[in-house]
Amino acid sequence: MTTISEQPGEPFRISQLIYDTRYRSLTIQMIAFILIMLGLGWLVNNTVENLAALGKDFDFGFFGSRSGYDINQKLIEYSSSDTHARAVLVGILNTLLVAVLGCALATIFGVIAGVLRLSKNWIVARLMTVYVEGFRNVPVLLWIIVIMAIMSESMPEPKDFRGDDPEATMIAGSIAVTNRGVYVPGVVFTRSLGGNETAATGDGAGETVPTGSGLDWLVILGVLGASIYASRVIAHRADKTQEETGVRPKTGLIQAGTIILPTVAVLILLGAQMARPELKSFNFSGGIHMRNSLIALWFALSLYTGAFIAEIVRAGILAVSTGQTEAAFALGIRPSSTMKLVILPQALRVIIPPLISQYLNLTKNSSLAIAVGYMDVRSTLGGITLNQTGRELECMLLLGLFYLVTSLIISGAMNIYNNVVKLKER
Amino acid sequence: MQKSVLLGAATVALLAAGAASATTLEDVKARGSLTCGVSTGLVGFAAPDASGTWEGFDVDLCRAVAAAVLGDPTKVEFVPLSTQTRFTALASGEVDMLARNTTWTFSRDVDLKFEFTGVNYYDGQGFMVPKSLGVTSAKDLDGATVCIQTGTTTELNLADFFRINNISYEPVPIETNAEAQQQYLAGACDVYTTDASGLASTRASFENPGDHVILPEIISKEPLGPLVRHGDNEWGDIVRWSLFAMIAAEEYGVTSANVDELAKGTDNPEINRLLGTEGDLGAMFGLDAAWAKNVIKSVGNYGEVFEKNIGENTPIGLARGLNAQWTDGGLMYSPPFR
Amino acid sequence: MTQSVSYVRDTMLPAQDPPALQSGPVKWVLDNLFSGWLNTILTLVSLYVIYQVLSGILPWMFGGIWDASSLTQCREIRDTELGGKEVACWAVIASRWKQLLFGFYPPESYWRVVLALVLFLAAVAPILFSGLPRKMLWLAVVAPFVVFWLLWGGTIWGPICVALGFVLGWAVLTYGEDIAGELAAILGAILIPILYWLFLAGPLARGIADFSSPILGFSSVISLVGATMAAAGIYLVTRRSSEIGATLLAIVAIIMWWAVVDPYLLVRFGLLEFASGAGLSAFGIEYVPSKQFGGFMLSFILGMSGIVLSLPIGIMLALGRQSDLFIINKFSVIFIEVIRGVPLIVWLFTASLLLAYFLPPGTSFDILLRVVIMVTLFSSAYIAEVIRGGLAALPRGQYEGADSLGLDYWQSMRLIILPQALKISIPGIVNTFIGLFKDTTLVAFIGLLDPIGLMTTIRATTDWNGIYWELFVFIGLLFFICCFSMSRYSQYLEKTLRTDHR
Repeated sequence: MTTISEQPGEPFRISQLIYDTRYRSLTIQMIAFILIMLGLGWLVNNTVENLAALGKDFDFGFFGSRSGYDINQKLIEYSSSDTHARAVLVGILNTLLVAVLGCALATIFGVIAGVLRLSKNWIVARLMTVYVEGFRNVPVLLWIIVIMAIMSESMPEPKDFRGDDPEATMIAGSIAVTNRGVYVPGVVFTRSLGGNETAATGDGAGETVPTGSGLDWLVILGVLGASIYASRVIAHRADKTQEETGVRPKTGLIQAGTIILPTVAVLILLGAQMARPELKSFNFSGGIHMRNSLIALWFALSLYTGAFIAEIVRAGILAVSTGQTEAAFALGIRPSSTMKLVILPQALRVIIPPLISQYLNLTKNSSLAIAVGYMDVRSTLGGITLNQTGRELECMLLLGLFYLVTSLIISGAMNIYNNVVKLKER
Repeated sequence: MQKSVLLGAATVALLAAGAASATTLEDVKARGSLTCGVSTGLVGFAAPDASGTWEGFDVDLCRAVAAAVLGDPTKVEFVPLSTQTRFTALASGEVDMLARNTTWTFSRDVDLKFEFTGVNYYDGQGFMVPKSLGVTSAKDLDGATVCIQTGTTTELNLADFFRINNISYEPVPIETNAEAQQQYLAGACDVYTTDASGLASTRASFENPGDHVILPEIISKEPLGPLVRHGDNEWGDIVRWSLFAMIAAEEYGVTSANVDELAKGTDNPEINRLLGTEGDLGAMFGLDAAWAKNVIKSVGNYGEVFEKNIGENTPIGLARGLNAQWTDGGLMYSPPFR
Repeated sequence: MTQSVSYVRDTMLPAQDPPALQSGPVKWVLDNLFSGWLNTILTLVSLYVIYQVLSGILPWMFGGIWDASSLTQCREIRDTELGGKEVACWAVIASRWKQLLFGFYPPESYWRVVLALVLFLAAVAPILFSGLPRKMLWLAVVAPFVVFWLLWGGTIWGPICVALGFVLGWAVLTYGEDIAGELAAILGAILIPILYWLFLAGPLARGIADFSSPILGFSSVISLVGATMAAAGIYLVTRRSSEIGATLLAIVAIIMWWAVVDPYLLVRFGLLEFASGAGLSAFGIEYVPSKQFGGFMLSFILGMSGIVLSLPIGIMLALGRQSDLFIINKFSVIFIEVIRGVPLIVWLFTASLLLAYFLPPGTSFDILLRVVIMVTLFSSAYIAEVIRGGLAALPRGQYEGADSLGLDYWQSMRLIILPQALKISIPGIVNTFIGLFKDTTLVAFIGLLDPIGLMTTIRATTDWNGIYWELFVFIGLLFFICCFSMSRYSQYLEKTLRTDHR
């Protein structure tokens, strides 16, 4: 057999490139490669020619120049005399903020709606169906605009909080829901690591003004993370002791203390204070201002994505066969533990892969911030900066790259998690 | 099977693309219509009515150019452009000219490679506040929430103004005028800032216009005008002089009503040259001798267009102000037709 | 019957009605709404929410004003006749609904849009509903051209000349094999139509439209005889291979005759003046530039062309991603991931701002076409993933079975794998379409007048400045109806296709 197909010493012929299966795939690939390269080269060549014709160049130098515009929501220090690069960074952080908040809230909405859709309560199940179908079948853009309109049309104005007999009052005395956004109390520090300014004018001249900087929060989060890890270590050792001796040492108090005490200590060291929003000349000031645009975008994205997640959760729960529940009951496992130990781990395996793609969708949909004037990366880099400098090619390229990298990171991270929880087939 | 449409469409596009010729004027003549970039909707300046016909102050400028070049003001295809897409659309040749309340600035003229061909409306950025707020000057606006249309020069002016006066503000960037108006009316911002003409037209459409005041400060110069691409000077001249023809016509008292009468010949040689009865100005840039007559006959002179779209008898009710003729103390001044 | 033993009952008691609380609607209510304290609270809260929402919306909706010419007039009517009660001003819908549906399409041609939609639905029906006769698939071959012609108008020769390219390609593939061998035939089938489209189709279409009309063509004896002879000759030569093919080629010959020979003869013998004087514009309908497209019609066109055009690309990408060939595989993966990693709005801005840079200098594309190209590329990546799912879901045995029959790669794909994979992918494709259809609203940001873009434009007129909710409700409702019915269909399809747990 082999001697027929592989005659030794037969000279190589050109036609073998096409008819011999050993070489054909190589030939096809080479042709494909050349065609792709030619196509790319054509595009690049066109671009170069067009740029030359318009008298433009390809240069990222404009990022170092003064931006000249203000951004209302900034997580880092920024003013109109900073550079375009910094404005872009502010936009990137805003995109990430709304994406993270959105994913969290969408998961909550989705899980609640998904579980309630399976509820035995007829009216609740129907209501949830209306929610899911209503949000899934109408463009998210319309929802963003509608929620924005609801926020600005039907919430009280800041001036309604004024006077002896105000038309609106703050919730619990410290949360103000207005048509300019929601003002909630925030934490500020009198001994901020970012440095405190001294008040120059007004009643409290000479006193330090409490502020907050990213550095403070980083330190607090770091300490909190470390103490949670320490508490986990304690719990793990308790588990070990329980396995060996059958008696579990009481660690509840110690664990709680490990988490709370260091964090509280840091807060005191930094001089943490609650800053409550107060009505000043035109607006509330102090505390944290969650703007309408953020809230509209956040809620619309969460409700929209939540509707999809609800379907995923429902399908995930339904995918676990009833035999599993029955078997768990037969083993004498309590209903609450059955959910935790039997149903959820199995349902999660079905839920997580589509959930990842929903998170990705939400992150990408956050670019619809354009509809409500939320200053995300598209509005800064792909919006005002692009408009003021006229550098379409550079700005769009970077914008695309940012979203691509973000998507890849999210899907990469979630895939790692997915690999951890997925069924280990042996 | 389904591949067909893609290739079909691409083919049709390639066929259409092959027709591009040397100059914009030749293109427009060959096409038989002018493509003009306008706003996606700004009261009084550009908006389609129920039958889809575009109307407004900027729209009439497009119609004037169409009348000059093709002799027919209806031969215009309007391309609604957002603040984001307007410059690229012009640069890429998607539109022949842009008449979209665009401010003439150095960098747009020089760096973005456009040619502004005149000013059809002298504007400036102002502030509008509710009367109940009791604010009389923009300098009292410390800490106020300000609605702005994003992607425009107003954004930069605003940042500069507050910076110079060392007061703080909270910007609320908004994509369209309609959206900004809603936010302002609902009280989501204390102040609305845009070009004074925009403020006036917006205020005119309110349920109770009297409840709102426009503050006296005008914080910027906003000369709004039509623009074309760099490099086609003949086309730029046509757009420029179409506008000047309208302005000059008002100065000399030529209106759409009496233009036929005057075109038979008058004692004023300037009018004669304008209307093509004397000399041959039209031929100098490749147009019909009656080009200016067509403009005035079909859309009217500058004053007529102003009064029809945004003047004091319209709901918008703008006064002529800076846009009056130079003889009346305004800035509208046409170079001589000679 | 007698009781033999007093303490044993040997007859059945008559059946009794269940207790009132355990039967009928009461039981249902108790079981479903008030079965526990948690459920009771949930029910009450739900009822309260429903009441609040409905009592707010229903009077506003149904008390609306339909007859007014502007918002100011609406407000006057509200204040004088309804005592200031907040009601909807539906007059804006009454005056602008045509615009919201058709954009600025000329009203006298609305029938064309409707007909195009009907035709499109008829063409996809045999794909979507398996009960319909397979012969209807022929409609799907013709439909794209006719729909294109109906929407844009102009002469019918444009689409026909483009369609001819496919016939040409098919003919080369079928008949070229005998003459030049398989490989050359395949290459020719790809190259010849492309060359034809690039260089011949345009002049051909223009030639037919400008110079002659079929009526005139038929009336001239030369034309008739010439065309017939050419057609008959070709038919006779090629009949041996395939009857239908020969017929098609004969038709090609007739059209070519009209297009090339007739104009020449007309010019040669001075019949041109007569032709144009007679004003016989050949099967032309009014040309509508795409700038006049808008409203829901635009959303539909974008969604449908996006999906239909992306199917072939999507299939190719899915196969590429499964392929063993390294370069092709990597290229597919990169393409899919790049497209999917970046939001549609960025792609749309690319279409609007950058596409002009990537094309040869001097080419300027219609914005609608640029958006269609971008949307097609965008959805092709998503379609590719859907089809990859379909391919992966096929049991390995199908691939092995195809191999064991001795089919080569393309044969096994064409005859065994793809028909099955595509069938199970249809629900996914429909879902992608729903997503794309909803996403077409984003074109509002690049200045196209889709329903949301029109909303801004309508509010920019002095009459309707300041109106919001009515437009939101109308647009939302239309989208809901379309998307909801499609998602129901896709769910029904998933059920019918699920063959396992039965």
